[in-house]
Amino acid sequence: MSASTATLAELLICACAEVWRDAGDPGGEILATGIGVIPRLAQGLAKLTHSPQLLITDGEAYLTETPVALGAKTHAGRAYSGWMPYARVFDALWGGRRHALVMPVQVDRYGQANISCIGEFARPKRQMLGLRGFPGNSVHHLNSFFVPQHSPRVFVAGEVDVVCAAGYHPGRWPAAARGSFPGVHRVVTDLCVMDFGGPDPWGGQGLRVVSLHPGVSFEQVQAATGFPLARAPELHETPLPTREQLEIIRRLDPNDLRGQQLKDNPPLTRKAA
Amino acid sequence: MALNKEMSAAQVVARLRDGMTIGIGGWGPRRKPMALVREILRSPLKDLTVVGYGGPEMGMLCAAGKVKKLIYGFVSLDFIPLEPYFRKAREAGAVEAMELDEGLLHWGLRAAAMRLPFLPTRVGLGTDLMKINPGLRTVRSPYDDGEELLAMPALKLDAALLHVHRADRWGNTRLYAPDPFFDEWFARAARACYVSCEELVERLETDEADAQCNSFERNLVTGVVHAPGGAHPTSHVSIHGGGYGWDAAHLTRYCAGAEADDGWRRYAEEFLAGDEAAYRRAVGGLEKILALPRQVF
Repeated sequence: MSASTATLAELLICACAEVWRDAGDPGGEILATGIGVIPRLAQGLAKLTHSPQLLITDGEAYLTETPVALGAKTHAGRAYSGWMPYARVFDALWGGRRHALVMPVQVDRYGQANISCIGEFARPKRQMLGLRGFPGNSVHHLNSFFVPQHSPRVFVAGEVDVVCAAGYHPGRWPAAARGSFPGVHRVVTDLCVMDFGGPDPWGGQGLRVVSLHPGVSFEQVQAATGFPLARAPELHETPLPTREQLEIIRRLDPNDLRGQQLKDNPPLTRKAA
Repeated sequence: MALNKEMSAAQVVARLRDGMTIGIGGWGPRRKPMALVREILRSPLKDLTVVGYGGPEMGMLCAAGKVKKLIYGFVSLDFIPLEPYFRKAREAGAVEAMELDEGLLHWGLRAAAMRLPFLPTRVGLGTDLMKINPGLRTVRSPYDDGEELLAMPALKLDAALLHVHRADRWGNTRLYAPDPFFDEWFARAARACYVSCEELVERLETDEADAQCNSFERNLVTGVVHAPGGAHPTSHVSIHGGGYGWDAAHLTRYCAGAEADDGWRRYAEEFLAGDEAAYRRAVGGLEKILALPRQVF
């Protein structure tokens, strides 16, 4: 087992796990919520490596200090440290002690995100899930996004069709209230890792590339994005998974559900497009 | 005097009226009062406003033409993320939609439960929530902070429909679910609350630990319906073991039907033509329902 046999999905799990490293609240005992297979594996990896203090759930209603493996057939052997039904999730997130990693369908230059519908809300071209918890999450705690297929259809040229998660949009926040927006911490995609540390987040110029996955160029990321991106001065290659990380990932996902999350389960280094 | 709130599902539905606002407990494909929903599907009721954390009940009620308006945070079957009949109804513009944040829906039920006109919150600020729900208003804090907040209006329900593990004829209930979701708030927000249960007993008189599984008081409960397997095809698991998982095969078939123009008509013919006993037979019998394995996440 080595980095050379790792897959892109495994690299993404490691990159996603980084969103919880000292994010906003160093050493904070915040609730880490990863929604989707790769974010959820990332949440477990973060807890088992750099951030053991995180609160995580078993994927249902209980807190556990031991991340559960995906794809188990029974609940046998599970041990719980506490209870986290949805009512408590809301209480916790309204109190701000949470950082979620979620998978929006559209993201714009302001960091606004959509999972509600495509087209006009009154009569959508494509109805999706609904707002879910995006509005409340976005104004109460830090969030990060995972996008498994970086394209201009996700990173749209204008604004997202329905702003479910608030972003750095100057027209949507009175100037005095901008300081209360918790922000978008990281955006991890199949091409790169980004943040909102660009020159002017409230002017629509915040999203910048901080690391590129092996074999990916900045130009390639820009071409797959519907608006201009900034380039971090310390732009580097996304770290490869370590042996320890790979062992943990494979233990948390013995049935390789992660291998089904990206089209054709590409190897770690992509051929140039 | 002994209270006896036992009713049949048909008696519950006979108390409902066209145009009512009905809250439905559970969450997505979990613990939906489907036996009561099926009775609505069999009835001539129409123009309902349906409130909840939506699962197949919302899709079915849309498909059957019962819905005027949906109030929801999402409609999903989890393992099938997009509820196909809900999508069809939305994309055809066939139903009004009040799409809310999940927590905001909870807040609206709480406001109704507390008989307040609204509850303030930051949820929705900075988003399109007020654009897609033009009836929502903001309110300014009267204190020194002067903060502008969203005023989530009370979501008053004419009736709430819930499904629990055990109940007695007085309306006492026991909920042994891993997550009770927001059933309590549906009960408190409603003028009448009807509870279906897996097991109906004469009187619940139990120990302290069991009594803590009583999520809401019996004086909120108008009627109790004995409906074993009544959450099928959604799940109904118990922290004491037992219970049943959602019926993935049934739900997959239900969803696949949405691809055909007459898919709902065929589903209704096969599963809703008779009473609840006929439904249980059509899906393989109560034993088969009770043996459906709990999903592991």
